Amino acid sequence: MADIQELKRVASQVRRDIIRQVYLCQSGHPGGALGNTDLLVALFFEVMKHDPSFNMEAHGEDVFFLSNGHISPVLYSVLARAGYFPVEELKTFRAINSRLQGHPTTHEGLPGVRVASGSLGQGVSVASGMALQKRMDGDDRTVFVLTGDGEQQEGQIWEAALFAPHNKLENLVLIIDDNGQQIDGPTSEVLQLGSFADKYAAFGWDIMEMDGNNLEETIEVLKKAQAKRNGKPTCIVMKTDMGMGVDFMVGTHHWHGKAPNEEQAINALGQLEETLGDFPAEGI
Amino acid sequence: MLSLDKLQSTGKKATRDGFGAGLKAAGDQHDNVVMLTADLRGSMKSEDFINTYPDRFIQVGISEANMMGLASGLATGGKIPMTTTFANFSTGRVYDQIRQSIAYSDKNVKICASHAGLTLGEDGATHQILEDIGMMRMLPGMTVINPCDYNQTKAAVQAIADHHGPCYLRFGRPSWPIFIPEDTKFEIGKALHLNEGSDVSIFATGHLVWYAVEAARQLEEGGISVDLINIHTIKPLDEEAVIASAKKTGAVVSCEEHNKYGGLGSAIAECLSKHQPTAQEYVATDDTFGESGEAEELLEKYGLGVKDIVAAVKRVVNRRD
Repeated sequence: MADIQELKRVASQVRRDIIRQVYLCQSGHPGGALGNTDLLVALFFEVMKHDPSFNMEAHGEDVFFLSNGHISPVLYSVLARAGYFPVEELKTFRAINSRLQGHPTTHEGLPGVRVASGSLGQGVSVASGMALQKRMDGDDRTVFVLTGDGEQQEGQIWEAALFAPHNKLENLVLIIDDNGQQIDGPTSEVLQLGSFADKYAAFGWDIMEMDGNNLEETIEVLKKAQAKRNGKPTCIVMKTDMGMGVDFMVGTHHWHGKAPNEEQAINALGQLEETLGDFPAEGI
Repeated sequence: MLSLDKLQSTGKKATRDGFGAGLKAAGDQHDNVVMLTADLRGSMKSEDFINTYPDRFIQVGISEANMMGLASGLATGGKIPMTTTFANFSTGRVYDQIRQSIAYSDKNVKICASHAGLTLGEDGATHQILEDIGMMRMLPGMTVINPCDYNQTKAAVQAIADHHGPCYLRFGRPSWPIFIPEDTKFEIGKALHLNEGSDVSIFATGHLVWYAVEAARQLEEGGISVDLINIHTIKPLDEEAVIASAKKTGAVVSCEEHNKYGGLGSAIAECLSKHQPTAQEYVATDDTFGESGEAEELLEKYGLGVKDIVAAVKRVVNRRD
């Protein structure tokens, strides 16, 4: 395993990238992006076998699908820092003529993205399709997919939840970001989701749980899920805090889809060490 | 070159049977063709493919949204997925899944849709989609094909398997005359000239092509020379063929088993209004839902019969003259 301190330094830089991306374009979704930073750093810098020279078909590689596409700033930062495209390009997030669209897309040819997401609830089906393709082609690598918890309110999710265990997609790992928040407020108030563990277990999935803001634990659980082959897909119920890493953004839906002003951005960046060098941008 | 005398019915089979035969042939040709169905394998007439390639058949259950996502993921890894269900559940039910996970994501998925239009018959309006061509035609990058008989459907399936990019293939339930010669080449985006004529252009797609052939025979007997063109690919439209014919005749009739809005008639009008403004009549449903009944009696009731095509031709010729 890579030095955990080194991974934490990457995570700190990714969080800076997130704040600076959304600050520069004054739009985007920092809360969920910050909360999922440790997960994506663990996947791309430690757990997954993947090739930043990027081949769409990913034969012999592990694959990650982001179903809750609105947390794109964390995906873009991690992809850039992992070498998929130049770090400088992060400054074009959400600007015109950019490959870094508000929600990730294949359409502009950004390496690292394999399907568009943003309209919620579709990623588990797509990941299941690729898990199936890998099995058909004798490729034993693992397909990971991340959804938000609010996203689990979409009906298509439960179609896929039936399909994966029925078809014994043991190379599929669904991670649910259980941060308890969605745009209109706490999930418990908007539309109660109950126990993901109970629901998915009843559908025939293996259940794992982890603290998605504890990097060591996250890596350990992801590796266990990745290695597991017992005829069942895996659902990891991952507790995170929205906004993790920036004190005034933690644990509230207020920063789901809102950019910080200059003062707030400076405050946030003051809490996050620059470790790998910021991408160049004017004004911040 | 085809002509009316060569277009004789050699028997009857459903276009969905043509799909089944084409799927098997495409499967023989491409190891990576896989079939998905949402609990309608029987209706899709695909047992030959399924029995030959059981490992390339994916039963999804009654979950069309999931099927579209699965197809996207399969295509990402290099498969050529063919999704199958009725046209209504292939389009309207899953429009956003197609839009985001397939069309916008540039996935090589083939959406194969049976039981389109009124000719689905007795099941009634819930299942008789008349808006699907319009919906699919509006999606950037989507190829839209509506073949007219068994032979053409079989050839179309092989063509979409060879073609890289998302495709919508629309066909139907009823047993229908087979009249396109088996050796006719199918080229995506290339209109098929069925009869050379000079007084009126008839552009037809799907089941109504056969009715257009019958209407053209009656019209020719009555002294009206018909330029009859089969537009099997509605998108991309063969604009060159449409413009050339309209220029020659100055009067156009479009025929389709679809709402008059958004389908073949709209596509032709969009093309001609820009390049060759021409009087046009629409043989299409009149912005309405269908109902239960037998296929051919429904076509007649909703104004899509042979006599309706003949009447439309007479109207448009009068307007021109």
